[in-house]
Amino acid sequence: MINALLSLLVFQLLGEVLVRAMGVPIPGPVVGMLLLFGALKLHGRVPDTLHKVSEALLNNLSLLFVPAGVGVMVHLNLLRTGWWQLLVTVIVSTLITLVVTALTMQGLVRVQRRARGGQTDG
Amino acid sequence: MGEPMIEIWVYLAQTPLLWLVTTIGVYQGAQALSRRVGAPPLLNPVLLTIVALVSLLLLTATSYEVYFDGAQFIHFLLGPATVALAIPLYQAERKLRQVLLPGLGALVIGAATGIIAAVLLGRLVGLDEPVLRSLAPKSITTPIAMGVAEAIGGLPSLTAVLVILTGMVGAIVGREVLDLLRCRDQSIRGFAMGLASHGLGTARALQLDREAGAFAGLAMGLNGAITAMLVPPLLRWLGL
Repeated sequence: MINALLSLLVFQLLGEVLVRAMGVPIPGPVVGMLLLFGALKLHGRVPDTLHKVSEALLNNLSLLFVPAGVGVMVHLNLLRTGWWQLLVTVIVSTLITLVVTALTMQGLVRVQRRARGGQTDG
Repeated sequence: MGEPMIEIWVYLAQTPLLWLVTTIGVYQGAQALSRRVGAPPLLNPVLLTIVALVSLLLLTATSYEVYFDGAQFIHFLLGPATVALAIPLYQAERKLRQVLLPGLGALVIGAATGIIAAVLLGRLVGLDEPVLRSLAPKSITTPIAMGVAEAIGGLPSLTAVLVILTGMVGAIVGREVLDLLRCRDQSIRGFAMGLASHGLGTARALQLDREAGAFAGLAMGLNGAITAMLVPPLLRWLGL
């Protein structure tokens, strides 16, 4: 258990250090995720305890965003002027982004499948 | 309040335990409530929890700093949880190889769409220039978005609020919108939610499907980098 938590933290730390050393605009934990992905590939399987600890964290990922979300209260006054314009802009542009991304990827998957001679994916 | 009540409140107001327990308790309550009424999108547990906690803090005149003293223990786990996304991603590795190129294409198009749509819509409804600049990086995770806003002359704290709102939109209606599109491939569903709505979209995707969650986490990470690079040239192109 502690080992699994330790390895997650170590990979996060590695990510944080690497991001700062290279000055790239990616959060340290995301780089940590990619590093752990590489390590798992080398290792060839997911250790049981690591799997358990990760499931526990990921099953409650929404909860982990609550403290940052509550932070909105500090800046609520910023929304006072033009709040409906902001809300409309955020809602509509997010929906457009979601739809365009999904349709683009769907279309490209189809193009790729055709280019590869119509092989079907499992 | 009687003497002992005041003493108890004085103790509780000083310990991080109170807001830590309250945050987890309210979240569990919100989840139970949402489940009981059939989990309608607008009764999203995260949204309910945030609204309830903000109301509670305002009612008890508690500052965000005091609240965060307790809530930081939950907040801290975001880091290791993000690293843990490597596990579902590893388990979906075969799928990852299949959709790698389409994903990269969708990444660039989706990232550009997010920036352009926000700025053009904002301009259409008459928002000021600093606000438009704050809107541009709203699809990416908070720390990067705030950094980008600062660098391009936006208002980082406004960006932080817009980022959370953007995440809520994806978390609340993402599933329904993708259903309407008849998009069934979990890797595509997740990728779109993570790209458009960063961490909150990822958390929601993960609740719906493990593979979707893995691809959402990947899209969130990649979009953070791509959007940071695309915002300055796209704003110039849009005449800002």
